[in-house]
Amino acid sequence: MKIHLPNSAFLGNIDPFLREFDPSNPDSLEITANDQWISVHPMVLSMVAALGLTVKSENIRCQKFEARSRHYFIRMGLFKLLGIASDIVINEHEPAGRFIPLTQIRAGSELTSFISEMIPLLHLQPEQAKTLGYIVSELARNVLEHAEAKNGALLCAQYYPKSNVLRIGIADTGVGIRSTIARSHRAETDLAAIGLALTPGITGTTSREGGTEQNAGAGLFFIKSIASVNRDFFAVYSGQGLYKLLKKTAARKSIRLNADPFEDRHSGGFDLPRWPGTAVGIDITLDQTEEFSRLLDAIRATYSSAVKERRAARRKKPRFS
Amino acid sequence: MKSIRIKDHAGAFAENKDVAKALRVEELMPSLEKNEDIVLDFEGVEAATQSFIHALISDALRKRGGDALDRIGFKSCNDEVRKIISIVADYMQDSIF
Repeated sequence: MKIHLPNSAFLGNIDPFLREFDPSNPDSLEITANDQWISVHPMVLSMVAALGLTVKSENIRCQKFEARSRHYFIRMGLFKLLGIASDIVINEHEPAGRFIPLTQIRAGSELTSFISEMIPLLHLQPEQAKTLGYIVSELARNVLEHAEAKNGALLCAQYYPKSNVLRIGIADTGVGIRSTIARSHRAETDLAAIGLALTPGITGTTSREGGTEQNAGAGLFFIKSIASVNRDFFAVYSGQGLYKLLKKTAARKSIRLNADPFEDRHSGGFDLPRWPGTAVGIDITLDQTEEFSRLLDAIRATYSSAVKERRAARRKKPRFS
Repeated sequence: MKSIRIKDHAGAFAENKDVAKALRVEELMPSLEKNEDIVLDFEGVEAATQSFIHALISDALRKRGGDALDRIGFKSCNDEVRKIISIVADYMQDSIF
């Protein structure tokens, strides 16, 4: 496999990075990087880490990082996690910034401890901390419950003070969304499966409306809704499918959500290099974070009508002749 | 009447679905089977995920319909927890009937 860390890869311009990923030869990994400057979204870091954990350390060939921003990858724990030796020296007095380094989560109890420990690292306001905790919990539990990923979930986050944005990335190398969704629903492509996973009330654990006693099929819809009302990016990459919720330009006074993710302003594709699992990225602009309570009102209305519409569509019609 | 303090089991941020499952299987459902009233006390719970609430109460709603809500009381819920419980109660009843 080959993965290249470019000059810049954030959710708005992540597509070329994803399209350059080479999944062939899964027993080895070659990591290359831009020589001048590397600035990437936590989703990219989580993906590299998740990929690296699928091969033996001795089979990872990592180009010597020359970019001036190379210390960032040490701080985020990439080389340490992958067991790669690095000669990059960090200045002791350099500010640590507000970030969550790459973290591997393999069990529910680990996740609970992680959530309580991560909030102080980012110095967030209570409302913002709540939103972050919600996102991390739902995304990581999805991995633990559905992905069948031997290495669990790899996640990290970074706060960008200039833009006041919190960026979160999580990746796994499990079975992928299509494999999970296809247990109960028909999905012709990875992108179609991602679309179903983002639809409220659709879960791979059952085709029954309302889900099972343990799964409702609402977690990703909630997260897409958080990004949508905050007018932020949200991306899901699984198999060959990429769904990217695009930033909305104008603020609305009322919150309006779409149950069908393809009705949201989005981009993506169904023919990307096959990612062996699922990777998710989200941006949260903190100074425009909608009050969570208002968001819940909109979710309640959208969710309820989506369920009713699906039930109505399944109703048998009388035949008249 | 049985009362369960959610914070004692799930903490101030109720997100651990394994905990929700244990409460459902060991406390909530047996009480409902015996036609006992039960109170889920959310005092001190600052936030809960939809997944947690679903894992806690959806089975009761599926098996007993809206009548389950005659037996289950929700105490000391803040505005957001109250709304998440309402979302789960709504979509479960919409799904069944």
